[in-house]
Amino acid sequence: MAGVNLKIDGVEIEAPAGENLMQAAVRAGVRVPGLCQLDGLSVVGACRMCMVEIAGTPRPRPACATPVGESMDVHTDTPRLREHRRVLLEMLFAEGQHICAACVASGACELQNLAAELGVDHVNFTPPPTRLEMDLSHPRFGYDPSRCVLCTRCVRACAEVEGAFTWGVAGRGRETHLVADLGVPWGEAESCTSCGKCVSACPVGALFEKGTSVGERRVPRALVSTLTARRERESHREVLK
Amino acid sequence: MSKPRVATVWLAGCAGCHMSFLDLDEWLIELAQAVDLVYSPIADVKEFPADVDVTLVEGAVANADNLELLLQLRERSKIVVAFGDCAVHGNVSAMRNPLGDPGELVAEAYRDAVTSLHGHLPDPENGIVPALLPRVMPAHEVVRVDAYLPGCPPSADRIRTAVEALLAGTSPELAPTQRRFG
Repeated sequence: MAGVNLKIDGVEIEAPAGENLMQAAVRAGVRVPGLCQLDGLSVVGACRMCMVEIAGTPRPRPACATPVGESMDVHTDTPRLREHRRVLLEMLFAEGQHICAACVASGACELQNLAAELGVDHVNFTPPPTRLEMDLSHPRFGYDPSRCVLCTRCVRACAEVEGAFTWGVAGRGRETHLVADLGVPWGEAESCTSCGKCVSACPVGALFEKGTSVGERRVPRALVSTLTARRERESHREVLK
Repeated sequence: MSKPRVATVWLAGCAGCHMSFLDLDEWLIELAQAVDLVYSPIADVKEFPADVDVTLVEGAVANADNLELLLQLRERSKIVVAFGDCAVHGNVSAMRNPLGDPGELVAEAYRDAVTSLHGHLPDPENGIVPALLPRVMPAHEVVRVDAYLPGCPPSADRIRTAVEALLAGTSPELAPTQRRFG
């Protein structure tokens, strides 16, 4: 495949034609922050976190959805981009109820990580007062719409990898939310195979496995005593023989 | 030169940030020698004093008393630090916001709960329980905040990094690992 020569943050690299700038940045040893992008899934360019500046192009472009071009001069970490990402993150935080201290995903959350990485130490917007109900109808998983950042990674994982097409997006603007099948509770969605790919694709705590939050944790404490009791019974039988 | 005057304040929070402050262990002794602690939940001072250099504010603004104290301390402090996630963005203290009318929450806790002894707020005639605000707010929604110290609670090393910088007259530069929420 023909190679394309370009420069990312001053590092000259050669990338295969057709590769996108997010992939090319990895070759240059440059990390471009992203949220809706997940290796293995199609590209939607929804979160705008990976915007980069290309010399000669007036507007920033999403690195995940922009193919490499010959002699491109790409900048991923300018003051303008830093400000842009900071405001985007603040809006994401303000749009839902992102309370790390009370979230199952805390410590393994991409939104939380991005805030720390990009220096979002407070949020200048006020969260909406709306209360969104969780969907806990599925026996193994839960969905909390107030933590969803609408990256659609779950929707793509479900369709493109599992082939189940359970998840979809409904509503517009602030009303946008996930729906299972044609808007039924997740536990009643006939197409769902309970594979859990959506949960593993979720960057935040919107889709989660039940039993993983602090209060839900159960330890099978009886395991040891049950085993020893059985062994004792077995040895009695041996004696009786 | 007189020592810097430092205050710590506890608004609507769980005191966890102050507990974390106490985790500074022996550094507290050095700090105690370097500053005058003029107001704090761990010091018996009734009124927030004037001319404070640095004030750490734990907790969100949830009731009338929180609001009054925050406005007062802002007027009387050179530097105000949002100390911990509740002061920074509301956090657990603000989880009541989507539930709406705080009157119903008070009724639930003090009138209808099976553990409610009297069926009403304690000492209603004198109103010793401050009125809840319609919405819990982070400190910066009410007053100017000069520095943010995220964490639930912020770890002792974060607190030390921030306090050392502030006492040296610079603004705190927290490393990415030191500014995570939660």
